[in-house]
Amino acid sequence: MLTNSLLLALREIRRNVLRSFLTILGIVIGVAAVIVMVTIGSGATAQVTEQIASLGSNLLMIRVGQRMGPGSAAGAPPFNSADVEALAREIPAITAVAPSATRRLTAVYGNANWATSVTGVDNQFFIVRNWTIGSGRQFLDTELRAGKAVCVIGGTVAKELFGQQDPLHSNIRLDNMSCEVIGVLEAKGQSTFGSDQDDLVLVPLRTFQRRIAGNQDISLIQVSVAEGRSTDKAKSDIEYLMRERRHISGSKSDDFQVMDMKEITRMLTGTTQILTTLLGAVAAVSLLVGGIGIMNIMLVSVTERTREIGIRLAIGALEREVLLQFLVEAVVLSSFGGMIGILLALSASFGLAQMLHIPFIINPGIMIVAFLFSAAVGIIFGYFPARKAAQLDPIDALRHE
Amino acid sequence: MIMSARTRTERPPLVELQGVTKVYGSGMAAMPALRGVDLRIAEGEFTAVMGPSGSGKSTCMNILGCLDTPTGGNYLFKNINVSGLTRNQRALLRRHHLGFVFQGYNLLNRTSALENVELPLIYRGVKARERHHRAAEALAAVGLSGWEHHTPGELSGGQQQRVAIARAIVTEPALLLADEPTGNLDTARSIEIMELLTSFNRELGITIVMVTHEEEMARYAEREILFRDGLVESISTNGGGD
Repeated sequence: MLTNSLLLALREIRRNVLRSFLTILGIVIGVAAVIVMVTIGSGATAQVTEQIASLGSNLLMIRVGQRMGPGSAAGAPPFNSADVEALAREIPAITAVAPSATRRLTAVYGNANWATSVTGVDNQFFIVRNWTIGSGRQFLDTELRAGKAVCVIGGTVAKELFGQQDPLHSNIRLDNMSCEVIGVLEAKGQSTFGSDQDDLVLVPLRTFQRRIAGNQDISLIQVSVAEGRSTDKAKSDIEYLMRERRHISGSKSDDFQVMDMKEITRMLTGTTQILTTLLGAVAAVSLLVGGIGIMNIMLVSVTERTREIGIRLAIGALEREVLLQFLVEAVVLSSFGGMIGILLALSASFGLAQMLHIPFIINPGIMIVAFLFSAAVGIIFGYFPARKAAQLDPIDALRHE
Repeated sequence: MIMSARTRTERPPLVELQGVTKVYGSGMAAMPALRGVDLRIAEGEFTAVMGPSGSGKSTCMNILGCLDTPTGGNYLFKNINVSGLTRNQRALLRRHHLGFVFQGYNLLNRTSALENVELPLIYRGVKARERHHRAAEALAAVGLSGWEHHTPGELSGGQQQRVAIARAIVTEPALLLADEPTGNLDTARSIEIMELLTSFNRELGITIVMVTHEEEMARYAEREILFRDGLVESISTNGGGD
């Protein structure tokens, strides 16, 4: 009986191609919207994850304060160089320790000026952040020890201040300090949130402390954990050591925070995932509207085909056979719509991914869900018109003009 | 199955109406359409039903065709009382024993002649190959070989009615009900249709009940039943049937 209904439904769909196409248009668009949103969303999430991976493997960040965000360091003392030495000395799992302090300043070269973030670092920074010099060199030990006025600049700063010119060996002014550009970083590009990772100037930490900040503070310590050593173990070791050094006893909570990659990833991907879910939900509403469109056209179609239904009933079609025919018709139509929607979504999200420079990730799960949902829409919204058709009185239906 | 030398008295009844009444509406608005109809139609008989509009002949046809149920009285089909059947039971009875030909042809639009004729076979669950074969045979029997893939829109009225007849006889029904089958056709076309019906009646032994208001067409039948005011007024036998 099901194969019969399928046969009848397919004949009916083929009999009126235009009407069938208009019927499924809503479903096509709904399914396509859901899949595009989710595909683009997971592409963005993947990009964030990739960027975090590019920060360097086994990275731990030690920050002052309890939470991420502005003002979190209030009240808590900053780190100092003794903390850095203690970390390197006492925790064997650590391979590199990179202390840093940051301030936003305007960099000036000739007539050009550019507001950027200036970070005081040592050469360990390049190791933990997995960052290489594009041209020029890293800091020399003598420059680091003496706090020389030299700097390594990011690609964006180089472009904004120097244009096509080679920045090496030129002097730029940071605040009141003039310093020589000794290196340009390899470009890393935009992060997912639009922040430019190449928009920075690196100076030796001691230079930063003496000439820019005027103190000995270190606001962030980034460490690399040795390959094969547990980051969780390293993290708890660091926490224990820092509590001891900062005289935090017993039940008092930490006034610093050690974040591993998992936490950083979670924090950064959280937003894109929420956004993806939200956009997906909005798109799902359009799928629902598509379903109502199917119901609408199926109802019109029942009225339009009253005579046909009368003929079928007179010939001996059972109520449930007419019901099944219309239901199968609705499901076949909406499944077709789902399939076309999936194809449309694949090409659209491929194009969008290219345009937005994010990876194109096919998510088979969402496609299956969208397809099943469209079939379900067919059943739910096809049932009412189908029942209406099945319950027609054959005599009245035959007389219908 | 060719029946010859039949006489009405020898033949067992196929359908029998016993005091059938039909009332539409209820209470003060009640409108009797049939007021106690007694009728016997023998197997293999060709009967014409006549009468002015409102005489109850259409109601009677609907009851005979199991499209409607009587308010009172009994309807025996092959000696089985079918007046109390449910909607689905009546649908199954129509599917397996009845064929319909309507005045307005009632073919499915935008559907080929072959597919139209296949329709009742689909509901009977006949396999595709056999279905095509039988439908093509039925179309050949009504003289429409070569027209299998034309849609109703591409066929003349006479041809459409032939397709409708092919659809009605493809299942070899016990009873064929024809409701003014020539109502929309000119005389020449009407005669062709009547000759087709007569031949199926004689050669396949299909019992036919036909409503008509044209005396000429009624003459093809063996008997003429005249309805008036919800009752059978008269039954006459046509001597010159053969």
